[in-house]
Amino acid sequence: MASDPSRGETAERLRHLLETEGEIVRPRASEDNARREAAYDELADLETLRTEARAIKEEAIERLPELIQTVRTAVEENGGTVYVADDAADANAYVADVVDVAEADGRSDHDRPSVVKSKSMTTEEIDLNDALEREGVDVYETDLGEWVIQVADESPSHIVGPAMHLSRERIAELLREEFDPDVEFETAADLTAFARDYLGERIREADVGITGANFVVADSGTITLVTNEGNARKCAVTPDTHVAVAGIEKLIPSMEDLEPFVNLIARSATGQPISQYVTMLTPPTPSPTLEFDGPDADEPITASDGESDREFHLVLLDNGRTAMREDDQLRETLYCIRCGACSNACVNFQSVGGHGFGGETYSGGIATGWEAGLHGQDAAAEFNDLCTGCTRCVDACPVEIDIPWINTVVRDRINRGKDPGTYDFLVDGLTPDAESGSGVPLDKRFFGNVGTVAKLASATAPLSNWLAGTGPVRALLERTIGIDRRRDLPVFQRQSLVDWFEANGGAEASRRRARVGTALEREAVLYPDVYTNYVDVARGKATVRTLEALGVPVSVPSLPESGRAALSQGMIATADRRASELYGELAADIDAGRDVVVIEPSDLAAFRREYERLLPEASFERLRSNSYEICEYVYGLLENGADVGALSTADGDEPIAYHSHCQQRTLDLEAPTTAVLERCGYTPETTGSECCGMAGSFGYKREYYDVSVDAGEQLAEELEGSERVVASGTSCSDQLETLLERPVPHPIEVLGPDR
Amino acid sequence: MTTDTIGRFERSLAALEVTSEVVPASAASERIGTAVDDPAVGTALPFEGASLPDAVTAEPTPAELENAATGVTPASFAVAEHGTVAIASSERGDEPVSLYPDRHVAVVAGSDVVADLGDGFDRLLEGFSDGRESVVFATGRSATADMGGLVHGVHGPGEGHVVVLEDR
Repeated sequence: MASDPSRGETAERLRHLLETEGEIVRPRASEDNARREAAYDELADLETLRTEARAIKEEAIERLPELIQTVRTAVEENGGTVYVADDAADANAYVADVVDVAEADGRSDHDRPSVVKSKSMTTEEIDLNDALEREGVDVYETDLGEWVIQVADESPSHIVGPAMHLSRERIAELLREEFDPDVEFETAADLTAFARDYLGERIREADVGITGANFVVADSGTITLVTNEGNARKCAVTPDTHVAVAGIEKLIPSMEDLEPFVNLIARSATGQPISQYVTMLTPPTPSPTLEFDGPDADEPITASDGESDREFHLVLLDNGRTAMREDDQLRETLYCIRCGACSNACVNFQSVGGHGFGGETYSGGIATGWEAGLHGQDAAAEFNDLCTGCTRCVDACPVEIDIPWINTVVRDRINRGKDPGTYDFLVDGLTPDAESGSGVPLDKRFFGNVGTVAKLASATAPLSNWLAGTGPVRALLERTIGIDRRRDLPVFQRQSLVDWFEANGGAEASRRRARVGTALEREAVLYPDVYTNYVDVARGKATVRTLEALGVPVSVPSLPESGRAALSQGMIATADRRASELYGELAADIDAGRDVVVIEPSDLAAFRREYERLLPEASFERLRSNSYEICEYVYGLLENGADVGALSTADGDEPIAYHSHCQQRTLDLEAPTTAVLERCGYTPETTGSECCGMAGSFGYKREYYDVSVDAGEQLAEELEGSERVVASGTSCSDQLETLLERPVPHPIEVLGPDR
Repeated sequence: MTTDTIGRFERSLAALEVTSEVVPASAASERIGTAVDDPAVGTALPFEGASLPDAVTAEPTPAELENAATGVTPASFAVAEHGTVAIASSERGDEPVSLYPDRHVAVVAGSDVVADLGDGFDRLLEGFSDGRESVVFATGRSATADMGGLVHGVHGPGEGHVVVLEDR
């Protein structure tokens, strides 16, 4: 669908969220993210723990049917009940029955049965509160954030901080409207005190306490609750009936398996080394039940003489999870421990919050997997494109879920579910891709095949540039493929990098030129990514000059696209074909011992990450281990004796601001660039923003232009005071040049020798 | 247990703004009496030579629990690394007594203070095999940031004090 009328609506909705909720969410989410990073840094064995946690989840999901049997036996032996609910209605009906019976047993003297709850995304998923209220049950959320959401009649905007989008002032207003209290609501402490008193009373009166579970230990029947407020403990042990509702994916085999998660979950969620309360209850517990009203209120709580009259129900929810387990691509989602780290690490989440970057229940990067699995693909379609594949969540996830890949897969499936577009002829002739006729929207096919577009635009430059800059063309581009007319378009160079290199004598001449440097006996193939080849040709030339000056002869063959552009549009078949073509063309060079040098970090990220899923293992390994980011490569050359004097150096403490690149950071490749800058006499300062917000095609799209600029402005703000700014990615440079109104070259253009 | 471990435990507690003291068991009763705000409730201490002072109501009623300013309970063990006390659920009501009043005073044997979370899990698993299967790791004071700023003392205690028995 070429001129999707919803583009404007999406843009409007996101713009509204940017101005309202985003303003509040951004500082909170980015603060949580910074705290998470610091808490991770404190762990010497972080990677071991993440790998261990991941392995436990993999095993648990693999053994799930067996673990369900095990936990049933354990809980029943303890005196509790296990109910496996197929779907939301099934779970809700069961819980309503339990409440009904508990109330009939009647310790409550009020008219309606009442339930107190601790925060649980799983009960949000099944809309348990609504279901119980329809049955005449009063339900009170006791986690303060969740309670505020309940009062506001909204949905959570963050997996861990449900009311993250609400300011203190707004919360005060909501509570004043609802309760008309006698006390002043000036501070967070005032609000908290009011909530504590009000909810404390609800807990003391309740017939049933409902909790979720962060982990359910199969062989002992132990429910683990990780909280900071203490409300989950109170809900679980005060009323005589405790119901725990948990997705079946929360099962882990044994208590030993809990340790890495306790070590990780508070760090990843809130940046705490451990949360206030890690409650491991094996219900029914021996704790006495508490009756604050009635005749028992004046009997010692221990009077029942060890005879606990507690009742416990574990409701294990399927609701689509078994199908996810059987889905090779969505299965990983089930490893999620719901810490929200992927939300906090996400620049787009920071901008619009979970009401923008989220579905019916779940929010943030992992929400695509959950929503697609539990509520269907359409539920994920609405927000899936907000994942730009920047990969900053990859390092954040405590169980190593490849969240960007899940987003790519679901995008691919959403594309395929659509009818072939009416404007497909516009790209069909231009770009024979592997998705032809499959329903991939026109804009996605355009951006996914951007190399072909760039080649044509370069061949017809400067006419193409001039045409693209005219009003009617911009209007057409906006209407058909949704390129926002406010965004500057790339300026295509008439002479591509490959042509320039050939015109200068090709590989043979390069070998002659490289003889002036120290002989390192290495040869490099420079990968001419689309942007370097046709747009940012200068950084390609600087790379060639740098490598030659350091004694490395270069070749710059014309090579296929990496498939990065296709991947970002969810066109996996096209990316897969590109990966094979590119590997095929590079194989002989790699076999001849040449190093593959890459300038654009997102292309290198494809070689090192996504190609694992697209190429045979041996091919992937060969390409991965023989390809280098340009500054990483230069760093290696300098370490191995190349003469730094051959580069363009500064006096020793010349300040330079450096924005790495989201995917480059995930590959741990920010450091080599700063190291090279330092060796060349600069004092680099790096940026804190996760991503520039441009993210390839994302910032061009009409529906996302404002979100993109919002992220860019955060980054630009950091760089405002810096006289000299460099950035590794084409997108980052484009975004920053527009916002800072000055050139933002690649570091190699600063370091490369003038010639 | 080493002196270092107890020192580390106390430093972790201090960072959480939880006070602590190291005393002999014979002084425990008097020290607990000083550490509580009235009215105080508590559960029996299983340490030889250490008992609750008279001012602390053992075996409280729900009404007394609701009105108590302080709850005193033993801890099964403690984790120095994080300043964590492990409170096991019991028929005596350790769980609610440690949770309901605004101030919690935990009493732990010095020999039960372990270095890190790994050792804590070893102790936890021992307890599990002995039937003590409901335990909370409580670290610092109850807290929330949901109301637009960090506040302590939400549903759980807003103040904490730990008495470490040096000779137990």
